[in-house]
Amino acid sequence: MPTTNLNAFERRLLNDFQQDMPLSPTPYADMAARLGVSEAEVLEALTSLREQGVVSRVGPVLATNRVGASTLAAMAVPEPRLEAVARLVSEHPAVNHNYEREHRFNLWFVATAPGEAELARVITELEQATGLDALVLPMIQDYHIDLGFELQWN
Amino acid sequence: MELNVRQRRVDTTGIDADDRRLLEQIQEGLPLVSRPFAEIAARLGMAEAEVIARIERLRGEGVIKRMGVVVRHRPLGYDANAMVVWDVPDARVDALGQCFARFPFVTLCYQRPRRGAPWPYNLFCMIHGKDRDAVLDKIAELREACGVGEVRHQILFSRRCFKQRGANYRRGSP
Repeated sequence: MPTTNLNAFERRLLNDFQQDMPLSPTPYADMAARLGVSEAEVLEALTSLREQGVVSRVGPVLATNRVGASTLAAMAVPEPRLEAVARLVSEHPAVNHNYEREHRFNLWFVATAPGEAELARVITELEQATGLDALVLPMIQDYHIDLGFELQWN
Repeated sequence: MELNVRQRRVDTTGIDADDRRLLEQIQEGLPLVSRPFAEIAARLGMAEAEVIARIERLRGEGVIKRMGVVVRHRPLGYDANAMVVWDVPDARVDALGQCFARFPFVTLCYQRPRRGAPWPYNLFCMIHGKDRDAVLDKIAELREACGVGEVRHQILFSRRCFKQRGANYRRGSP
């Protein structure tokens, strides 16, 4: 969906509440009050933007390795098998991100699990299901402070 | 010396069973209804005020990095996304990670383990831009500003997104 299809209200809704949504019993009404619209308009807009795929969710971004274990992993998938392997990886409930990238290691995914033993098992399951070795690249240090993403409208 | 997945440090101190149940309920998104925390509370058999207080505490402790609208970049016209991986001398990795992370277009920046000859890279950053050239310009800016002109790196543009959603730390997943 092109950026130009968003109106000024939708742009502010997307930009102004990435970091700190109100934590009151009625957060959407509070957001509406700050934007000068009704609660119903905020709920309708968020529902619509979520259906269009512009909004992933309204919720938390969790710190890595504080709630459970997670890791980035990559596979070098022969090109003819890429779609089938990607589907196998995406189907695993522990995988939350899965991308094709331009590299010999062409499939990149993130897996999460309640603990490290379960995570190791997930990786083994994915290796067995695909017949491919995974490059397992867990985070050692996070340098980025997540402030959301400043959207530039032009 | 290589880390493997079993040697990593997962720190779940300060998170009790009710926090975990709560995070499981909200990690894929709050309901889009007038009183979302009341609805979550009803599912958990908790009070609405307790749900809100727990979320505030988890955010204060950094377990929740941020709480709000999570947007997808691609439908908004940020069509290009590159993961840039660098083979940085170990002694400089913290300084360079901090240097990269200061740029607003760097949306993630992590140190990760090297994996021998096939994968010598230890510093990763994610860069979003309107198109490929915009991303390449930003990488040039990083190299100049952080003094990494000589550091070996690779640029992995994303092609297709097969899956993107919130994390699932639920127990009992197959």
